[in-house]
Amino acid sequence: MTDILSFLNEHIEMVYVVILSIILGIQVIESVPAVLHTPLMSGANAIHGVVIIGAIIIMGKADPENTLALILGLIAVILGTLNVVGGFVVTNRMLEMFKKKPKNK
Amino acid sequence: MGEYILETCYLLASICYILGLKMMAGPKTARNGNLLAAGGMALAIFATIYLYQDDLNNKLGNHLWIYSGIIIGSLAGWVAAKKVQMTAMPQMVSVFNGMGGACAALISLVEFPKALEHIGHGEWPVLFMATVLCGLVIGSVSFSGSMIAFLKLNGNMGKDIRIPFYNIINTFLIFGIIGLTVCLAGGHITDHNQFTMWAWILLAASMFYGIMFVVPIGGADMPVVISLLNSFTGMAAAFGGFLYGNMAMLTGGILVGSAGTILTVVMCKAMNRSLTNVIFGAFGTGGKSVAAKTDGAQKTYKETNASDLAVLLNYSQKVIIVPGYGLAVAQAQHVVHEMEQLLNDRGVEVKYAIHPVAGRMPGHMNVLLAESNVDYDKLVEMDDINPEFSTCDVVMVLGANDVVNPAAKEDPNSPIYGMPILNVENAKTTVVNKRSMNVGYAGIDNDLFYRDKTAMLFGDAKKVLSQIVSELKNL
Repeated sequence: MTDILSFLNEHIEMVYVVILSIILGIQVIESVPAVLHTPLMSGANAIHGVVIIGAIIIMGKADPENTLALILGLIAVILGTLNVVGGFVVTNRMLEMFKKKPKNK
Repeated sequence: MGEYILETCYLLASICYILGLKMMAGPKTARNGNLLAAGGMALAIFATIYLYQDDLNNKLGNHLWIYSGIIIGSLAGWVAAKKVQMTAMPQMVSVFNGMGGACAALISLVEFPKALEHIGHGEWPVLFMATVLCGLVIGSVSFSGSMIAFLKLNGNMGKDIRIPFYNIINTFLIFGIIGLTVCLAGGHITDHNQFTMWAWILLAASMFYGIMFVVPIGGADMPVVISLLNSFTGMAAAFGGFLYGNMAMLTGGILVGSAGTILTVVMCKAMNRSLTNVIFGAFGTGGKSVAAKTDGAQKTYKETNASDLAVLLNYSQKVIIVPGYGLAVAQAQHVVHEMEQLLNDRGVEVKYAIHPVAGRMPGHMNVLLAESNVDYDKLVEMDDINPEFSTCDVVMVLGANDVVNPAAKEDPNSPIYGMPILNVENAKTTVVNKRSMNVGYAGIDNDLFYRDKTAMLFGDAKKVLSQIVSELKNL
């Protein structure tokens, strides 16, 4: 019990962020019309591409002599960018179609 | 100073994601929301490259490598996203999702050996290891699962693969993976070589689990799975955020994790399926017996042709079109729009009835029809259009099947019983366009086809519709 409490206390900021983000995520989705589910999923898909920051940190910290680490880091950066760029571009393409006719809605 | 700016940039980026996601929830603001989120992402990425410092105040090096990765990834992602057919979009989302998962898994793969080196014989960092291993497990499940989802949606893989006892195997796998993760994170294996070996085994097991998890899931449930894997990747990203104490990764990941989970639940609700049902796959097995039962008695159906239908449509007052995935596959959305306009010019009221899961994902059909310039307010959602069927002369069901199956309302034994459907059988005439009498995605027969008011029109949706359009022009 004390372990759990002290853990909570040590990481209280993180815990706040996690819980509030969870609630935010739920709130944001609940009011969405079914029409926008696919673009929204795709948009959310692009946002989790934020994992690329981790890949960049790894890459930047890698020892320039260590080829294996560099290559692994490079692959991670490429994959992360694919996720981010591909995700946003696909979402934009989908949403573009809804926007073409401003007179409706 | 630099790190303060960095943290501020992360804060701004997080706000951008939240606002962006919120704006994506409304049709008017959706596009700007997407751009805003993308802007936040760019800010976070470049701030990291230039401002990130570790505990010893070392800045990030290897800029050349980082930029080559970003450029390669951007080009590939851009081209893929621009070239993909709108019908193939669910696969594409799945692929991008898998890339994110793989990225998260790779981060963990690079981090744990580094951590092992630093530990020496001091205290075992339980929390750190748990974070790394969770990222590894969830990331790789998400990766392999997404790849299978891609193959299945793309048609490279049969839909009805049944692995014997897969539920038992999967349960064992899950407990194995959890057990191994707890064991490794808890510091029960401290020998570096052994730890590394077991971590690789954990990776392999997670990948295998991802495959086993998605392979038996039926095609109709694919969107739910993609959405679920999407939230997995979000969680994997959040674990990365814990690992580096990085707020942008943490908020972004958690946001997607929770939003993705809710979206999954919403999709399940639209199909009247519980999440456990989707995952443990009661669909295919339940459907087979029903299909077999109806095969026994040969039932008869009426057939019509394009010119008869054109005449019928021309003298109708109100026509409702029910588009399904078959329409999308045939790339017939533009011809449909042409037909709709022709009819409209002749005073026929035309509407589209959009089932929540028409196409392959909720909203997929709207995107496809919007692509061919169909008016946004001609697309009517299920609950609003259902009362209108009884006042309509002709319903055209184009490549849809399970969403118009009356068994969902009438036959409690049917595997889709309880799924909300479009009440097309209330219309004066229903014309169903399909390529053959084959069953739909749920694998069950459709009683609608054999009713007196129903006529079948066989053929590729695009070809048939083009015929109707030319017939209409001659009338």
